[in-house]
Amino acid sequence: MLTYTMRRLALAVPTLLLISLIVFLLLELAPGDPMAQMPLTIPPEVREQMRIALGLGEPWYVRYVAWLHMVFVVEPSHMLAAATGVDLAAEGSRLLSWQSRAPVAEIIAQRLPQTLWVVGLSYLFGILVAVPLGVASARRPHSWLDTIGTFIAMAGFSVPTFFTGVLLIVIFSVTLGWLPSMYDTTLEVTDWDSLRRQAAQLAMPVTVLALYNAAQISRYVRAATLDNLAQDYVRAVRARGMSERAVLYLHVLRNAMIPVVTVIALGVPNIFAGAIITEQIFRVNGIGELLISAIHANDIPMVQTLTFLFAVLIVLFNLLADILYGMLDPRIRYD
Amino acid sequence: MTDAAALLPLRSQWRPVWERLRGNRAALAGAALFAGLLVFVSIGPILWMVDPWAIDPDNRNQGPSLGHPLGTDQLGRDLLARLMVGGRITLAVGVMAMLIGVGLGTLVGVMAGYFRRLDGVLMRLTDLFLALPMLPILLVLVLLFREALAARLGEATGIFLLVVGAIGLTSWMHTARIVRADVMTLKERDFITAAQAIGTPPRRIITRHVLPNVLSPVIVSATLGVAGAIMIESALSFLGMGFPPDVPTWGRMVHDAVDYLQQFPGRVLWPGAFISLTVLSVNYLGDGLRAALDPRGI
Amino acid sequence: MIRRCAMLAALAAAGPAAAQLAPDTPDHLDIFYWQAVSVMNPYLSGGVKDIEGASMVLEPLARYGPDGRLLPYLAREIPTRANGGISGDGRTITWRLREDIAWSDGTALTASDVVFTGEYCMHPEGGCAARSRFAGVERIEAPDAHRVRITFEEPTPAPYGPFVGAPSPILQKAQFADCLGARAPECTEQNFGPVGTGPFMVREFRPNDVVVLDANPEYREPGKPHFETAAIIGGGDPAAAGRTVMETGEVDYAWNLQVAPEVLERMAQGGAGVLEIGFGTTVERIEVNLSDPSPELPEELRATRNVPHPVLQDRRVRKALSLAIDREVLSEIGYGPAARPVCDLIPAPAHYVSGANDGCLTPDRARAGELLDAAGWRMNPDGVRMRDGVPLELTFTTSTNAVRQDIQALIRQWWQDLGIEVRLRNVEPSVYFGGDPGSPDTFQRFYADLQMHANRFEGTDPQAYLGARRCGLEPRPDTQWQGENINRYCDPDYDALWAELAGTGALARRVELVRALNDMLVQDYVVLPLVHRGSVSARANSLGGVELNVWDSELWNVADWYRMEAG
Repeated sequence: MLTYTMRRLALAVPTLLLISLIVFLLLELAPGDPMAQMPLTIPPEVREQMRIALGLGEPWYVRYVAWLHMVFVVEPSHMLAAATGVDLAAEGSRLLSWQSRAPVAEIIAQRLPQTLWVVGLSYLFGILVAVPLGVASARRPHSWLDTIGTFIAMAGFSVPTFFTGVLLIVIFSVTLGWLPSMYDTTLEVTDWDSLRRQAAQLAMPVTVLALYNAAQISRYVRAATLDNLAQDYVRAVRARGMSERAVLYLHVLRNAMIPVVTVIALGVPNIFAGAIITEQIFRVNGIGELLISAIHANDIPMVQTLTFLFAVLIVLFNLLADILYGMLDPRIRYD
Repeated sequence: MTDAAALLPLRSQWRPVWERLRGNRAALAGAALFAGLLVFVSIGPILWMVDPWAIDPDNRNQGPSLGHPLGTDQLGRDLLARLMVGGRITLAVGVMAMLIGVGLGTLVGVMAGYFRRLDGVLMRLTDLFLALPMLPILLVLVLLFREALAARLGEATGIFLLVVGAIGLTSWMHTARIVRADVMTLKERDFITAAQAIGTPPRRIITRHVLPNVLSPVIVSATLGVAGAIMIESALSFLGMGFPPDVPTWGRMVHDAVDYLQQFPGRVLWPGAFISLTVLSVNYLGDGLRAALDPRGI
Repeated sequence: MIRRCAMLAALAAAGPAAAQLAPDTPDHLDIFYWQAVSVMNPYLSGGVKDIEGASMVLEPLARYGPDGRLLPYLAREIPTRANGGISGDGRTITWRLREDIAWSDGTALTASDVVFTGEYCMHPEGGCAARSRFAGVERIEAPDAHRVRITFEEPTPAPYGPFVGAPSPILQKAQFADCLGARAPECTEQNFGPVGTGPFMVREFRPNDVVVLDANPEYREPGKPHFETAAIIGGGDPAAAGRTVMETGEVDYAWNLQVAPEVLERMAQGGAGVLEIGFGTTVERIEVNLSDPSPELPEELRATRNVPHPVLQDRRVRKALSLAIDREVLSEIGYGPAARPVCDLIPAPAHYVSGANDGCLTPDRARAGELLDAAGWRMNPDGVRMRDGVPLELTFTTSTNAVRQDIQALIRQWWQDLGIEVRLRNVEPSVYFGGDPGSPDTFQRFYADLQMHANRFEGTDPQAYLGARRCGLEPRPDTQWQGENINRYCDPDYDALWAELAGTGALARRVELVRALNDMLVQDYVVLPLVHRGSVSARANSLGGVELNVWDSELWNVADWYRMEAG
């Protein structure tokens, strides 16, 4: 298992480089222009000068190598410098966003907390609801609990978040006036009062996303549990007189966890990617909002870097899932 | 072995499946619901002969009435007629894109899980697709293929294929990862190692033993896939990368009507309900299919 | 993992405790810009949101007031020929600065700051968004500490480009001295927190999220601004912005509420705020393609002036298209109170408005049909007109936007009633308005027969705006599809008239020429003006002093805003 992990980690480097190159080429090929959001009152000559000032005069491979240099040399050195206080910053200009001209890393660091709060909490709540719900539905398929669970799940993922979000705002902010309709990113939790305000502004976005996450995950949990309950080995242990509860917890759940781990691991990078629609509705300016606005503004350094970080997380968490399979089911061997 | 001989055991294998499917209440309900939706969108416009595009500035934002059972939208167009016409494309896109996505995902998942040599390459490909940002991919696909497809197949077919293909190509990865995980555990089970030991060819093992046992997650993926495809289609069309602005797909109707939620809730609830019903019917149908295909039968 | 820890560490080191937005406090002003402010230095962006956000901090020498007249800000008075501020040959303008102005760091504003700002924007590598305001400037110099002389290469009738209006404010030399040219984007600290002379100063800036501001203690008018702190909140969408002011009352002011009229109406019933509507120069129009966009043509010919449009080169067809449109209905359904029907390309300022074309407000479908008949397009039994076996089919494209798609549907219906088959398309705005030469879907490429979007001119003078329709300025392959004359319009008479405008200083004659140029375009049906769009904002009932200004930043007089007593 260790050699497998090492091999996969070593392989991750060229994989990620290839992904970054493909993403770069994709963005290069995609139509769109960083000047698109400028007013039409700015004449074409000035636009062209602004484009050249962004570095767009260089051919794509020069810009790709410059990006690699900035991501792997300049930015880490600046972060190290910021963390240790020692001035180790490497030469060369930092990786700047085209929209705000600020270092990409600083903007991402600024956006991460609210995304982790909202999307992370909703994912956690989603899993906490989905796993018991899925198992309970599977134990008695077509019971009233299962039927209600199915209906809620169907509603959860077939009703879009832009609908549920606005609905909650209309009820709780406009009509009742209980909760703020927009998220304040500058709020810092320092005491009970600020904690209460943080909870108030998290309530609606987290509910919307948690419902959506729980709906999806609970379906996979239910299916996996149902599958395992029908397996021969379950009949065998039942025949040996093991209690139903022990069958469930000792055997079924452990095996049912493999697809569930896959689904959860696939979802974790999404926590960092943010939730575009929910973030927009509740004005949670997190990573999702950052990515979509950068895409709309053709802010290529920002899109490229975010996508790359996202790719790193995907590769890592899928590796983690593969390692977990081996632990959950020792029969799976990779070597 | 002749073709007829090859079909024979297959047919006898499918007959009990059909019997079980017919006996499954959930599957029947799902099938009835789905059939109902199909009738609504296909025969509906023949019975309800109101032009879904006819604009009537004097009758805007009307509530339900005899002339407009579900009311009219902000341009005075009949909501019922629009639901019927839009539903055709919505259902077609939802089901087709789901079939592509789930089919591709299952294929990649089974290959990667069963053949260890393919695992590395296929899973790195999956990582790549998971990492690619959706919107730029779609923009590039539209840029590259829109005019070419429209020129070769006509505007309508070209766009349909583009939308369905784009959604399918960008939504298979979850299915692939989940199916692969299932196949990896299955492969070590006794009945598969036994089949391998007696020299059953891999193709046969996969179709006879592996596929039926990974159906549950595939069905869940399919249910989620239909809902996802309908939503992605609405986003695509809204961004101008899918169907022309005058095609009233359900997802687009929900999207456009959200701002009017407080004044005219019906306008968002009706298309929303139809999307939910579609997903629900696919879910029950799939669930019944899975139960019917499971030789142990529960 | 290391990367993430480092990022969090960097965040922790980001500075003092972040400010907290505190709604409902009398001394705090909350402003909502749903398109969030990206940078506080307008020279690096050019986006309206950034220019307006920065206008709370940075000020120009003069700006246009709500009536369209120039008001001195950092200057003592507006230089004119009468007061000797503009030289007899029309080549130099001399601004005299006020002597009582201090930057928010306490140092005095001098002419060297102004000269430096000119140098900053005119630097060839800087990519300055306001560069066109400095067009024709030969040199900028400071004869003494409070005088700035700008010399132009040629006589310039209206030399009010540099340092006038929110897009061209004065930067502090001491702060930006190391940020010239290619170094401009790297000065993050300066670009996010410029030292200014305006009523507020930046405390914390989060790009595309929120700007937290404090009152500037050095502000020249005692007792102003009336708020101790302010925040420009960004993100969300127009519906959310309107909701927070008018329904939930969380915010004091919201900018640019582009929502459907019914939604606007409902919000206005929320009771917490009121709408502020002002009309500038924005006109939503249909641009007619005079070149052939057919995909069968080779790349180097398609949509260029070498291939005239087979249908739309006929003025009668263009006129018929215009006659079929009911602009009153479009305006009412699409924009409600935020627009009014219009027939002129120049809708404001009032003295430039031609008014000779208002007949277009009454649609005349019978006449439109006659014109099409006369042009040889005969009605077929299937309802589509034909000429020489070719059906009358047109493609009508616009950018993606719910209101524009509704308008497209309405217009399509009217044209279809005339016997024209209309294909609709909408294109993602970042593609449509982007100038990517590789994309077939930009508005400059014009691979459609008709296009709809809005445009306007900055300030009060339409000379440059009308100049865009001259021969040779059309986008084409050898200009990488850049260019402003998107109709591929070319009329030597028009060009001659425009040249006269460019050389005329007397206002009365300029008015005549502007009206004549407007009439040429509109009466030739090259551009079909649809509606004159206003800017719609919302303010809380308790916010006083708001005076909407369409000629400059909406926040131009934020120093005068105050909290009204409840009651």
